[in-house]
Amino acid sequence: MPDLDTFRQETRAWLEANCPAEMREPVRDEGDIYWGGRRATFKNDAQKVWFEACLAKGYTVPAWPKEYGGAGLGPAEAKVLRQEMNRINARPPLSSFGIWMLGPALLHFGTEEQKKHFLGEIARGEIRWCQGYSEPGSGSDLVSLQTFGEDQGDHWVVNGQKVWTSYADRADWIFCLVRTDKENKYQGITFMLFDMESEGCSTKPIKLISGNSPFCETFMDNVKVPKSYGDGLPAQVGEVGRGWDVAKYLLGHEREMISGADGGNTGTIGAAMKRHAGELDPVLRAELAMFDVDALAYGAMGEKFLDEIKVGKGHPAQPNMMKYAGTELNKRRHELMMSAGGSRSLEWESEETGGGKPSRNWLRTKANSIEGGTSEVMLNVISKRILDLPGS
Amino acid sequence: MPLYHNDDQAMLADSARQFMAEEGKIAKQLRHWRDRDCPDGFGHALWEQFGEMGFTGILVREEDGGLGMGHVEAGIVLEEIGRNLSPSPFLTSSVLAATALGHGSNDLRGRYLPGLIEGKSVFAVAIDEGAKHRPERIKMRAEKSGNGFKLSGQKDFVIHGASSDMIVVAARTSGGDDDEDGITLFAVPKDAANMSHDSVRLVDSSMATHTKFNGVELDGDAVIGEVDGGREVLNAMLKAGRVGAAAEGVGVASGAMDMTVEYLKQRKQFGKLIGEFQSLQHRASHLYSEVEIARASVIKAQQLLDGDSEKADLMASVAKAKVSQTAGLAVREGVQMHGGIGMTDEYDIGLYMKRDRALSEFLGDAYYHSGRVAEMSGY
Ligand SMILES: Cc1cc2nc3c(=O)[nH]c(=O)nc-3n(C[C@H](O)[C@H](O)[C@H](O)COP(=O)(O)OP(=O)(O)OC[C@H]3O[C@@H](n4cnc5c(N)ncnc54)[C@H](O)[C@@H]3O)c2cc1C
Repeated sequence: MPDLDTFRQETRAWLEANCPAEMREPVRDEGDIYWGGRRATFKNDAQKVWFEACLAKGYTVPAWPKEYGGAGLGPAEAKVLRQEMNRINARPPLSSFGIWMLGPALLHFGTEEQKKHFLGEIARGEIRWCQGYSEPGSGSDLVSLQTFGEDQGDHWVVNGQKVWTSYADRADWIFCLVRTDKENKYQGITFMLFDMESEGCSTKPIKLISGNSPFCETFMDNVKVPKSYGDGLPAQVGEVGRGWDVAKYLLGHEREMISGADGGNTGTIGAAMKRHAGELDPVLRAELAMFDVDALAYGAMGEKFLDEIKVGKGHPAQPNMMKYAGTELNKRRHELMMSAGGSRSLEWESEETGGGKPSRNWLRTKANSIEGGTSEVMLNVISKRILDLPGS
Repeated sequence: MPLYHNDDQAMLADSARQFMAEEGKIAKQLRHWRDRDCPDGFGHALWEQFGEMGFTGILVREEDGGLGMGHVEAGIVLEEIGRNLSPSPFLTSSVLAATALGHGSNDLRGRYLPGLIEGKSVFAVAIDEGAKHRPERIKMRAEKSGNGFKLSGQKDFVIHGASSDMIVVAARTSGGDDDEDGITLFAVPKDAANMSHDSVRLVDSSMATHTKFNGVELDGDAVIGEVDGGREVLNAMLKAGRVGAAAEGVGVASGAMDMTVEYLKQRKQFGKLIGEFQSLQHRASHLYSEVEIARASVIKAQQLLDGDSEKADLMASVAKAKVSQTAGLAVREGVQMHGGIGMTDEYDIGLYMKRDRALSEFLGDAYYHSGRVAEMSGY
């Protein structure tokens, strides 16, 4: 494929010219990630330069069509870009729930106007989104959700509470599951978009075991959501009452993202522990070796999974398998890193550990198999949709 | 290259699947020969059919009369062999020996490849000396004698050793037991004087030999590749064999898994299908996920090997280790979820357990290959 080779050459040269050295360092903390949004600031010039270069090229969302702010790359080209970025450890120029979750749902279910408007904002990093799914009484059993939107003609009045809403306190808008029909469990939910600055919408951070507070309780107290934001711009995605379909479709993408199929979960640890080689307990070394086998095998799986998705091969429920396997692997990775690091990795605040990175990251990974659907729920879905087991 | 089969490969997979499910099925091959105490452990008629299908020469270059295909294609056949537990000399002959012969002289290729392609000749490889696969250490000696060599020593667990028309033997022509260099590969014909086989039947009913070489005299033209330079050929052969064994293992794992999932949909207890019990659903789903990952590691290794990539060796070990772990899980869960019937000889799931044991050990088990991964990664 000479065209692809040319594209690879061009991409390589473009990255060489445009990706600053600081943007080729591993992400160390939240500040290294650029999330965009109304209140966003760049951590340093390099972050800004890199973001702007990508924006001009459509590379904040390379696979989205050009008219919605992407670069319109085909599957093979997108893979080449990903490979070339991974090769030099280039950081993503922009990260957001808009890119990973809402975007794919809008591309699939949105009206033309919604795509132009909302996707454009996401691609340009103007609006930061959060996800209002879970409620205190509705976690794994999400469809039982109670937040209610009362129909008032040209608007809804929304009341209820969401929980575990990641970055709600930093988000500008929310995509929110709201019940609009109490009689109809599955077909009574509407997938609404509204501004977090709306009157009656408030958030309260929750502290995690890692000591960080990346997520919130979100309260909706008589929040007025207009039914339309303009011509062809309804406030809901898909039809009123059919938000469950959108919600499930989006979950597929969320699970794919958490699975780390694109390379996020393929890193081996044994090699990184080389410097401890002399002191490595032989049994730990063996565990590391077996982990590395699994990590490298999972890396091949991620590549296969993405290749298959692009041509519609592979089972539609496969993201659930990826999420299950990828998150369990990541938890195991951090358990082993803690063991290999010994007492040093217990330090909670020291400078040497960058403020307790090893232990805080280790604790954070425990959420991987909970957020976006628990491992047990993933196994339920595989049983039902892939293995077709009875009664599941 | 995307990590799935292209159209030609998908067609090959369809025909291999149909062929093996019919001609290679357990009742017709494995049980048939086992119950007759067959000294070969496989049927020659099936091997000839492999020849008619073109499988035998799949890795042999076109100018040598083969199909000139790659490891993805060989793996397609192997996966079906695994799924049906079809006993055959395919892995040792068409993958291992054929890879070695690919490095051999015109004369050697002309002597041995036509018989292989027809499905008439059977080949074995003699590498291991002892109960564990340790190709880093080769003690067996080949001394210069006249214009040829004289082989002395013993090889163990030579699969199909006694049924083979030719055995590829790795022997030391110089250096110490653990030296990287100084290895030479020989094509030893079955009628070589002073070679004797002590046959043993293995748990999966395949046949292996402890083969003694009491001064076996060979002409110089029995050498495959270069004298003292055999390590390179040996490594190429091992890589191909390991990736091949991994492909067969994926077949064993999927065969066992499919059978088990089917059983969960039929067997009733407590007034329910046992597949309704969540504890079993979760175990089956975990197994599914492992099998998918193992299969991905194999196709990745096959493609790297076909592309002559430097990373092929690492990925070959990853695939062999991952598949051994996964197929082991598949057969253990398979037997457990079948309950008592899983322990009976009449039921096939136990045959999967036996085959997995033997296949996992062949060319290095999960522990050996995980260790290699650590070494190649520098720790
Ligand atoms: C870090 C983090 C970020 C998150 N971000 C967001 C966000 O941005 N937006 C949002 O809406 N939500 C978010 N969540 C919430 C997340 O989606 C829920 O926590 C998750 O769906 C599980 O729900 P739950 O916490 O109520 O647990 P529960 O559903 O109460 O589960 C408790 C336990 O029971 C098990 N269980 C439940 N049902 C079954 C069953 N049928 N079979 C077997 N076992 C079962 C579960 O697997 C789990 O082990 C986040 C969570 C975390 C940890």
